[in-house]
Amino acid sequence: MKHTIWTRPIYYIIAFLFASISLYPIILMILSSFKPSAEIFMSPLAFPKSFSLDTYRNLLDQIPFMTYFYNSVFVSVVSVLLILITTSLAAFYIARYTFWWNNIMFFFFLMGMMIPIKLGIVPLFLLMKDLGLTNSLWSLIMMYTAQGIPLSILILTGFFRTMPVELEEAARIDGASDLRILWNVVLPLMRPALGTVMIINFISAWNDFFFPLIFISDEMKKTIPVGMMKLFGEYSADWGALFAGLTLSSLPMIILFFIASKQFMEGLTAGAVK
Amino acid sequence: MQTELNTETIKQMKQRKWKRWNIHLFPIPALVIYGLFIVYPLLAALSYSFFDWKGIKRGAFIGFDNYKDLFTLEPFSSMFWNAFWHNVLYFIVQMVVQNGLAFLLAFIIYQKIRGAEFFKIAYFLPRLLSVIVVGFLWKLIFNPNFGALNVLLGKFGLESLQEAWLGNTKTALMAIILVNCWFGLGFSVLIFLAGFQSIPRELIEAAKLDGANGFKMLTKILLPLMVPSIMIITVLTFIQSFEAFELVYAMQGSQGEPYRSTDTLAVYFYRLAFGGSSGDSTAIGLGSALAVVLFIFISTFTAILLKMMKKKEIEM
Repeated sequence: MKHTIWTRPIYYIIAFLFASISLYPIILMILSSFKPSAEIFMSPLAFPKSFSLDTYRNLLDQIPFMTYFYNSVFVSVVSVLLILITTSLAAFYIARYTFWWNNIMFFFFLMGMMIPIKLGIVPLFLLMKDLGLTNSLWSLIMMYTAQGIPLSILILTGFFRTMPVELEEAARIDGASDLRILWNVVLPLMRPALGTVMIINFISAWNDFFFPLIFISDEMKKTIPVGMMKLFGEYSADWGALFAGLTLSSLPMIILFFIASKQFMEGLTAGAVK
Repeated sequence: MQTELNTETIKQMKQRKWKRWNIHLFPIPALVIYGLFIVYPLLAALSYSFFDWKGIKRGAFIGFDNYKDLFTLEPFSSMFWNAFWHNVLYFIVQMVVQNGLAFLLAFIIYQKIRGAEFFKIAYFLPRLLSVIVVGFLWKLIFNPNFGALNVLLGKFGLESLQEAWLGNTKTALMAIILVNCWFGLGFSVLIFLAGFQSIPRELIEAAKLDGANGFKMLTKILLPLMVPSIMIITVLTFIQSFEAFELVYAMQGSQGEPYRSTDTLAVYFYRLAFGGSSGDSTAIGLGSALAVVLFIFISTFTAILLKMMKKKEIEM
């Protein structure tokens, strides 16, 4: 492409400008979390005078953050596991067998990607009540699993279809059962796709706020995002603790992201590009 | 000997038959969970919308009355249209600001600038936060007295621009939509970047040889080839902007303060289904009717957009 001398500098200026707009609020959040409220009100933009952890201590006194944290971990991990198990079985079936209903089943699942499930929240609430799952972490696990199924099936089925069948045929001739073939032969080759499925679903389960808002009222069963609601509702004057809460709830995801940023970015866009 | 062989083969055949049969168990868990928690609630919402509701008690079948009320009875109909136009604005601003910017930034990264990986990570980072965290964080930033935005404006001598961003009916909705753009920017950048990178280099080289430069290259060569990614982003932005709930709820509450100037259809739906914070009574019938209308609207539009996308792909 034809460049004048100032094309490149302009590119860099624009890129930097928006990088700082993206990053600044997050940096501000983290820095403010080390300031006592009085210091935030006096000089909101300044660097913290000292990195004291008092705000965090206040936060942990005010809300049962560790309980929220444990609940979030439990819900996200179990629903990701359930998604991996149910969708690799279903996608294997759809991609590897040629029953006449397989395509119908595939589209039945894909439909779910276009359904805004929040709109079904009233029947869902009554259903959870009938199942005795309100105020239970299992209501969330079931929702995140169900919600994750369509996209995960799309990704896994696509991946299965690109894999050669010869290996499976060989195993079949050796007398292995279908389940054994899936577990021992196919899944080990699917690690990248399984990783994508894991990341997408983990992030959406970890960050969701809508379903616990509706299903959970018991303080001890709340996940981090709804826990934040309580913090902002009851301690809205203690800005130090508020920023500490926001930072603490985002930190696990940010750390995971820096460990595997490439996989995160590829994973989250994989569904859309497919 | 003969009979022994026979029983052996029968046993084998039985085993094989069992093996063939048991594979049908594979999709069952996914079908059950998906059917129970995704498909059933939507069908149930459809049926709920045809009944009269007293609290969470279902009354008589009333046909389309809920739908009629939703569009003709005050205050429901004016609340519907008020929220609807907010969603439309949400969609338009996100398309122009978030996706327009994302296209530009993806194009810049595609020019092989140094630090591409850093820029990608920077734009993407906000996407990792929970929407509720995003909402609360920006609520603090927008605070009229101690919020970073007004303080920053003051530092630059722009006191005249200071504003009670979330308290003013003129700025509140725009502020929320722009926060949503901040949140979604990086995702769009990555999609567009993937689109740019899938364009064969030879094509660009050939165009260069034919004398295409800067602007011409962008409009005549790159833009047409980017149609698939633009369509994907349009569909996703459309669905997301008509479902907008969390940010409004976190920043302005279930009433879409101030004076419902930030109300969206999903927030309105939440109020109907669960009652607002001010103790309004629930209206499950009306809420379900709204859910069905919204569902039909979103899926029709998405289907049309997807169809256009398919057509464009075939044309190319």
